[in-house]
Amino acid sequence: MTFVSPEAFAKRIVASVQEYSLLCSRAVGNLFSRPRYIADTFTQMDSIGVGSLPIVVLTGFFTGCVLALQAAVSLKEFGAVNMTGRLVALSMVKELGPVLTGLMVSGRNASGMASELGSMKVSEQIDAMRALGTDPIRKLVSPRVVATVVMLFFLTIISDACGTAGGALVAVVLLHLNGGAFFHTAYMSLVNGDVVEGLVKPLFSGFIIATIGCFYGLSTTGGTRGVGRSTTQAVVVSSVLIILVDFLVTQLMIGIFGR
Amino acid sequence: MAAALEDVHSDPFEGMAEGTPVVEFDHVTIWFDGRNVLTDVSFSVARGETRILLGPAGGGKSVLMKLANGLIEPDSGEIRIFGRLLSEMTEREMFEMRAHIGMVFQESALFDSLNVEDNVAYRLHEEHASEEEAHERVVEALRFVELEKAIEKFPSELSGGMRRRVSIARAIITKPELILYDSPTGGLDPITSTTIIELVVKQRDVSQTTALLITHRLQDAFTLATHRWDSQQNHMVPIPDKGLNAGTKFLVLNEGRVVFDGTTRELTSSHDPWLKAYLA
Repeated sequence: MTFVSPEAFAKRIVASVQEYSLLCSRAVGNLFSRPRYIADTFTQMDSIGVGSLPIVVLTGFFTGCVLALQAAVSLKEFGAVNMTGRLVALSMVKELGPVLTGLMVSGRNASGMASELGSMKVSEQIDAMRALGTDPIRKLVSPRVVATVVMLFFLTIISDACGTAGGALVAVVLLHLNGGAFFHTAYMSLVNGDVVEGLVKPLFSGFIIATIGCFYGLSTTGGTRGVGRSTTQAVVVSSVLIILVDFLVTQLMIGIFGR
Repeated sequence: MAAALEDVHSDPFEGMAEGTPVVEFDHVTIWFDGRNVLTDVSFSVARGETRILLGPAGGGKSVLMKLANGLIEPDSGEIRIFGRLLSEMTEREMFEMRAHIGMVFQESALFDSLNVEDNVAYRLHEEHASEEEAHERVVEALRFVELEKAIEKFPSELSGGMRRRVSIARAIITKPELILYDSPTGGLDPITSTTIIELVVKQRDVSQTTALLITHRLQDAFTLATHRWDSQQNHMVPIPDKGLNAGTKFLVLNEGRVVFDGTTRELTSSHDPWLKAYLA
C-alpha cells in the first residue's frame, strides 16, 4: 500500500471538485443551445423513470407499512393512536419519500450511468464520439441530468402515495383503525410548505445522481477494474450527497416555511 | 439535404495557403504523471501524403494521434491542422474541425449499443441526413470495406477484423480530408492485416486522402509503400520495377522522440544503428 502526501491528496480533491463543477456547468449550459438530444432524453426517462418504478413502489409501500406499525406502538402510549395517519403522511411526504426514492434511484441509476459511461471510456468509445464530432457531455450527460431530475420528481410523488397507502393498509388491517380517520388526519396535517419541501428535494437528488454517476463514469481509468471502482464510488458519493443536501434543504425550508 | 450536408462539410482547405501542411507538429511535448511521453516532436504531413508512424510499443504513437485530433492537449509546442492552430480553437470549432477528420481506433471503438448500420451512419445521423441518404451511403461505405452483409449485426457479433473494417467504413463515410489510423492491423492475423492494408491503399489511391497511420508490423508499412491500387483488377498490386509510392513517408518514434523523418528510400538506406537494428 502506498501513502499519498497530504498535499497531493488535497490537490487531487480540489482538482476533482473543479472537474465536477465544470461538468455540471457544461451539462446545464448545453441545455440552452443546439443540438439537443431529445430522443436520448426520452430513452433515459424510460430507463431511469419507468425502470425504477418497481423498486420505488415497493420501497415506498413497505416503508409506509413499517412507519404505521412503529408509530402506532409509540402513539398508543400517549393515547394518540388516531394520529398514525398524520405521522405517516408527514414522514413520507417531507422526508422518507424523497430520501428513500433518491437513495433507491441512486443505487440503481448512478451505478448504471457510471458503469455504462465507464465502459465506454475504457473502450475508447468516448474518444470515438469526440472524434466523430459529438460532444459527449451534450450527448450523454445532459439528457441523463434532465431525465433523472424530471423522473425523480414524479417517482417521489408515487413513493409518497404508495407509502401513505401502505400505512393506511396496515392501520386498517392490522391495527383495526378507521381508514377514513387515517386519511382525514393525514390530509389535514399536510400544508403547502410540507409538499413543497418534499418536492424540492428530488430536484436536487436527481441532479446529484446524474452528475455524480456521469462524472465517475467519464473519469474512469484502469480498464474493467476501474469501471468497478467508479461504479462503487458513484453510489457511495451520490448517496452521501443526497443525505447531506437533504439536511441543507430541510434547514432552508424550515427557515422559509417555519416548520 | 445534400446541400445541408455540404454546408456542414465546408472546405477545410479554404483560406489555406498553397503548400501549407495538413498536419504540423512544432516542438510538441507532453507528459503524464511526471513522465515525458513525447519530447520536442516536430514534423509535418503534406496534402495527399500518407505518413506511417513506426516505433516500439509505448513510444507515444497513439498519444501523437490523439493530439492530432485535439482529443488531448500538449503541455508545450504547437499543433496546426488544416493550417489552424488547435490551441486557438474553441471547443465548438474543434468539433467542426473533427468533421473533416476520420479516425480508426486501435480497438475499433464501435458503439456497443448500435448496430453496424447505425455505427457507420453515426456522423450522418448527427448531421440530420435523411434515412434514405444515410442508408445509401452506409451501403456504399460498407461495400468499400466488403462488409455489406454485416449491416444489421451488432459489434459483439463481429470478429476483430470485421470490427476494424466497420471502423474504417465509419471513418470514411463523410469523405474526410484527413484519416488517422491508430494501429488498424494491431492484434490481427497476417491475412486479415493484409486485407486492412489493402483498404488503406485503396483509400489512399482512390481518394488521395491525407493519412497518418500507426503500425507495429514493418511488413504492413512496406506493403503500403510498395503497392498501389489497381482499379481494373480491383486488387492491390506491387508498383512495377520495385517502385515506391512517392506520397508515402515514414516517421519513427522511440521513447517519445523522433528518430527518423523521411521517405521510404531514406529509411531503408539509413546508417543509424538503432534504426538498422529496429528494421532488422
